[in-house]
Amino acid sequence: MIAPLLTIDAILIVVAAWLAIGVAGIAALRNLGLVARVLFPLSAALSAALAGLALAAMAGTPEVAVLVIGLPGLPFHLRLDALSAFFLLLVGVASAGISIFAAGYFRPGEGTPPGLMCLEYHVFLAAMAMVLLADDAYAFMVSWEMMALSSYFLVTTNHRLPEIQRAGYLYLLVAHIGAIAILLCFGVLQANTGDYTFANMRAQNLSPFWASAAFLLALFGFGAKAGILPLHVWLPEAHPAAPSPVSALMSGVMLKTAIYGMLRVSFDLVSTTIWWWGVVALSVGLLTALFGVVFAAAQVDMKRLLAYSSIENIGLIVVALGLAIIFEAYGMRSLAALAMTALLYHCLNHALFKSLLFLGTGSVLHATHERSLGKLGGLMRFMPWVAWTALVGVIAAAGLPPSNGFASEWLLLQSFLFTGTLPNPYLKMLVPVFAAGVVLVAALAGYVMVKFFGVIFLGQPREERLAKAEDAGRLERLGLAWLTAGCILLGLFPVAMIEVIDPIPFQLVGRGLAQSGRVGDWLMLAPVSAERASYSAPLLFLIIAAIVMLTFLLVRRFYHGRIRRAAPWDCGYPFQTARMQDSAEGFGQPIRQIFEPFFRMHRELPSPSDEAPRYRVVIEDPMWGWIYVRIAQATEAVSRTVGMLQRGRISIYLLYSFVTLVALLFLTQA
Amino acid sequence: MNLEGFLAQLAAMIVALVAAPLLVGWVNMCRAWLQNRTAPPLLQQFRVLHKLFWKESVVARNATPMFRIAPYIVFSCMLLASMIVPTLSTNLPLAPAADAIALVGLFALARVFISLAAMDIGTAFGTLGARREMLVGFLAEPAFLMVLFTASLISNSTSLATIVTTLAHREFTILPSLALAGVAFTMVSLAENARVPVDNPATHLELTMIHEALVLEYSARHLALVEWAAALKLFAYSCAGLALFFPWGVAQANDRGALLLALPALLVKLAVGGFLLALIETVTAKMRIFRVPEFLATAFLLGVLALLVHLLLGA
Repeated sequence: MIAPLLTIDAILIVVAAWLAIGVAGIAALRNLGLVARVLFPLSAALSAALAGLALAAMAGTPEVAVLVIGLPGLPFHLRLDALSAFFLLLVGVASAGISIFAAGYFRPGEGTPPGLMCLEYHVFLAAMAMVLLADDAYAFMVSWEMMALSSYFLVTTNHRLPEIQRAGYLYLLVAHIGAIAILLCFGVLQANTGDYTFANMRAQNLSPFWASAAFLLALFGFGAKAGILPLHVWLPEAHPAAPSPVSALMSGVMLKTAIYGMLRVSFDLVSTTIWWWGVVALSVGLLTALFGVVFAAAQVDMKRLLAYSSIENIGLIVVALGLAIIFEAYGMRSLAALAMTALLYHCLNHALFKSLLFLGTGSVLHATHERSLGKLGGLMRFMPWVAWTALVGVIAAAGLPPSNGFASEWLLLQSFLFTGTLPNPYLKMLVPVFAAGVVLVAALAGYVMVKFFGVIFLGQPREERLAKAEDAGRLERLGLAWLTAGCILLGLFPVAMIEVIDPIPFQLVGRGLAQSGRVGDWLMLAPVSAERASYSAPLLFLIIAAIVMLTFLLVRRFYHGRIRRAAPWDCGYPFQTARMQDSAEGFGQPIRQIFEPFFRMHRELPSPSDEAPRYRVVIEDPMWGWIYVRIAQATEAVSRTVGMLQRGRISIYLLYSFVTLVALLFLTQA
Repeated sequence: MNLEGFLAQLAAMIVALVAAPLLVGWVNMCRAWLQNRTAPPLLQQFRVLHKLFWKESVVARNATPMFRIAPYIVFSCMLLASMIVPTLSTNLPLAPAADAIALVGLFALARVFISLAAMDIGTAFGTLGARREMLVGFLAEPAFLMVLFTASLISNSTSLATIVTTLAHREFTILPSLALAGVAFTMVSLAENARVPVDNPATHLELTMIHEALVLEYSARHLALVEWAAALKLFAYSCAGLALFFPWGVAQANDRGALLLALPALLVKLAVGGFLLALIETVTAKMRIFRVPEFLATAFLLGVLALLVHLLLGA
């Protein structure tokens, strides 16, 4: 008898097909045409299929499957519930755009051959899907490690460059420190039963101490992957080092698997919730967000700027997580649902707009061979397709209405405004301060995005060869257009999206927004009631568009539309060169000045009499000095002490053995 | 949308379009009087707009479509913003489309577009203006939002109409939280509307200007739209301030008698407000640009303090 095909089986077929594409890539190791024109578009189609399947599974009942692979007696338990399905949807939607872009992106050249890249890329995709499906610690950790390793190899595509080797090493190191914490977390969660299935973990009733230990380990372990402070150091090194589609995949999608892990542990696997977990998450999240956005404003490399902006967004997502935990701990289910909806919505938004922006930088990189903001500029005229799609991403990343970024930030701020009803008076005081911080971060994100877009695409080209830059190719445009359309749809129809998300808060906190009939109709988003708060993206967009059209027509009707092209006015100053514009350093200068304690800055300023004046600012991450260098020094000190044992003389070692033996004898005696 | 609501919305739009340049003209008149100068006529702004619309627009050769679209978008954002702030009546059909947070978002959208347009030509002043505008913006925006949050917590709503209704219906007492929020709001609106002590609307001294540097490359109809948008922004901010701190006189829903009184009440309040603005501009000196972050950080902290005071005292 053949059982009917479940959605989870169909998803596993997609995963298997990805792996098959990877193997096919190995077969066509150096055949770029086959890899780029056949395999990657095929993979994009699979991604779209995955998105469709996941969307169908969102509303369905949880499905389970057991895969008999790996060690004997340790099969992979898999489970597809609403939470997994949502993140699978995210993977599918984002990777569909990224893969089709990648099909047009890879060029013959140095580094890893395209077939090998294809294998790594698809193992990475498959591993992310498996992480989301895993229902026992064994399957989870195996997939998690596969994800880390495949992305390590992708990061080190140009492995001949020393800084990329270094970035890859750092990434691998932090990934494994995180993995250890996750492993320990699962160890705590199974509570000495020896059964590592998630079903067993859910059944355990941990004491508050062990539950807190599990939560903190999860926050640390998944935080290392998500890039929360102070474990973020690998992120601005590794994400920019990878080829742009891979950067997009890592920043847009992989970081979300860590968020998935945090949600899975703190709302599903641990049965209790304690309010101070939320405060920890809020504090860490806000610090991460603030740090990320301030550093993003100071960057001069476009991909590093985006990587820091990802840190900021992850920070905001963790803030929403903290808020959801606090509400859940006090039994305020509807508010927890609100915060969680904001969290999930922002995850999806960030996946789309950050992928879009990273892909945009990829096209710029190909057209100009330049990553440094100081040597770009004016590309809107030469690469209009990339520029206009990037503009949509920029508006979303800056959180401006009517974009999708604004919709999720709006929900987050709304959930902050309800904290006045919290029973704990200290929390009631504390949380508005966090709200102020979140608002500051959101406003700074606008600064960062103006810098990003303005310096790359607007103004005069800072180098002459930029005028020869060519717009993105056909497949690249398709990928950009897919993600842009996603951003626009998510922005204009937030209520529809919230209805899709709804089963998850219902599953995790027992209440959903739409399920309690409180999101409003398709036009008007009103999470609580229309008197309380409402926002309508489609109306806002329509009115703005209508006024723009009407003004345009009226001006032409009553006056005229004549235009004359001339040299720029610039207060009548006749000599204008591209070097008179703000450099990337210059645009970030106010931020560097205001947030000076955040930075470790080295500045070389020329004196008036310098023959060859040189101005240089180097900004370093202060976390290196504050934490990592100290850990390294402590490790060295400890190893020096231990090293004193090694004398290189056999008699001394015999003495050690003898002393150990005697000590052990004493112990067994006692 | 019923007919009455539609008419109220239309009236709000027309009042905004007409009153905004009048308000700017009035402030300029008051300032001239206070400074012992002969004042320009009240309708001067309209003449300027009319003149600018007739002129031929001169656009830099390397300008992208971004440069030409931006004035329309900025104008549209500001007009929409002044349409959703309750000026005459709280019965506005468009008001539910954007609450207090979305209002701040609209201002931010306009700011980002005008800054991008200023960077488009690639002149030294354009980028300088954009950088300074964003600097003012990222500090003023959270401060404004804190003020709005305080009012939202008092009225348990972020909808502007509900806020105004709640605030207008309480008995007249000075709430400490609202007082702090009022100070913060005043500071923010000075900064946001490019007024002394943050910027000088009358200056053309390059190194000190913010708003003027932003719009330096614009001419004719584009400049007219940008200037009209700036006037609308001043109007929207003034009305937001009046709605939050002096909401009496705004007609509530279904109160037609009050609607007749609302317009004179609004004009009187705006006239007083405009005079106070001119007074502030006359008696204070412009700050160095480096001191602006301090000024705005103070406003931000006052806003946060207002929020905390409300939660602490419940008032």
